[in-house]
Amino acid sequence: MATETHGAEHATEGTGLVFHPMDQFIVKPLFGHGDVGLFTITNVTLWLFLAIVAIVLLMVVGTSRRAIVPSRSQSVAELAYGFVYKMVEDVTGKDGLKYFPYIMTLFMFIVFANFLGLIPMSFTTTSHFAVTVPLALAVFIGVTVLGFVKNGPGFLGLFWVSSAPLALRPILAIIEVISYFVRPMSHSIRLAGNVMAGHAVIKVFAGFAALAAVSPISILAITAMYGLEVLVAFIQAYVFTILTCVYLKDALHPSH
Amino acid sequence: MAVEPYQEELAGTCVDAGGSAIGMPQLCGDWVGNQVFWLIITLVVIYFILARVALPRIASVLAERQGTITNDIAAAEDLKSKAQDAEAAYDKALADARTEAHAIAQRARDDIKADLDVEKAHADAEISAKAAESQKAIDAIRASALENVEIVAKDTAAAIVAALGMSADEAKINAAVDRQLKG
Amino acid sequence: MEGIQFLGAGIAGLGTGIAALGVGNVAANFLAGALRNPSAAGSQTATLFIGIAFAEALGIFSFLIALLLMFAV
Repeated sequence: MATETHGAEHATEGTGLVFHPMDQFIVKPLFGHGDVGLFTITNVTLWLFLAIVAIVLLMVVGTSRRAIVPSRSQSVAELAYGFVYKMVEDVTGKDGLKYFPYIMTLFMFIVFANFLGLIPMSFTTTSHFAVTVPLALAVFIGVTVLGFVKNGPGFLGLFWVSSAPLALRPILAIIEVISYFVRPMSHSIRLAGNVMAGHAVIKVFAGFAALAAVSPISILAITAMYGLEVLVAFIQAYVFTILTCVYLKDALHPSH
Repeated sequence: MAVEPYQEELAGTCVDAGGSAIGMPQLCGDWVGNQVFWLIITLVVIYFILARVALPRIASVLAERQGTITNDIAAAEDLKSKAQDAEAAYDKALADARTEAHAIAQRARDDIKADLDVEKAHADAEISAKAAESQKAIDAIRASALENVEIVAKDTAAAIVAALGMSADEAKINAAVDRQLKG
Repeated sequence: MEGIQFLGAGIAGLGTGIAALGVGNVAANFLAGALRNPSAAGSQTATLFIGIAFAEALGIFSFLIALLLMFAV
């Protein structure tokens, strides 16, 4: 985290265009201009809070009528419920359904954080490693602890591929162990990287829009990227959730 | 976010005096504690909202709907079996009526046939009686005719003999005529 | 020194495009298989997305390295 080089500034020199693609990710206090301490209410706090509000609106207020024939918001809530429930059931099996509320929490949070981040001028909480790494670490640590609690030392059988030839097994075990510990890294970087990349690219195109000659193309490109980002916002939440389910399945049934 | 004028003292290790990011904001260590703190609070709140309120409610609604659907299907099944019963009863009544109609027709046919047989037998008897009577009459006529032929033949023979100027006694002529008739 | 840094960022950025080839490969093979056996396709969409996610993650890694070279080194 060296501070001397300002890449963005160098990139803009000579062209007259101003690129600040990373400025949208700055965390700043919501009230006043103080330092960002541990409990400071920042834009992160605001958009996390809005995610809670959105989830409450959909999942609690939307279903408050408990109608047998559902209203629109209630069917969306039921759709989300059924989607994640089926995913957990399909991937981990019946005994994974105990952990369904945790996985539902992850999915709802990521989906709403991603979609709220697509509102112009908003702050995307899931674009920060400080948000996705704790999410992925929570999954990783939770799944590992669960695996050892459920299976005891038998959980290590996950790394011992019994279907492979005996000579290959130690090598495969090393690879499996490495890939196991890479999991939280790829899990978190995939989410944050995708979201950050999309937002930064949109910002770069927005920088080109200042140039009158290319501004129509740039606005068209922003529109196209935005459509792609809507897709990515959902798919990344889906992928994060389904990978959580896959890791959970490994913890519950470690034998290959 | 929009570039806002920052005060000089805000410019730290991650934001320069102009309010732009220095390096990647994602890698700024100053903010991590704040983000993680609020993230944990958010996740805990969402978890309790979902686990305590939303998910049980949706699960109960889905179960209730499933129950309603099952009940409706059962009711429909009930109605269907009733309809099938009614249809079976109807079919049975129809079949009964048909067999009865057959029986009645058969009985009528039998009655008629019996009557017819009696009549036929009666008629047959009458016819045969008449036939026998007729036969008898014919036989009588034939017998009388034969007798007449014999008498005529004898008379004729006697007349022929007389005409020839001969006389013959009656007994001879009768014997000759009888011989001729038998021969 | 800085020129080399940006050059490295550009080279790292190529990884993103190569990852796109991988993602396209995954999707194309899935489509080919799905057209051959459409009844089995529905149950395998989860596998498709997992495969795409793994392929794409590595592309995102290289993109991240590009960003690090650009902004953080």
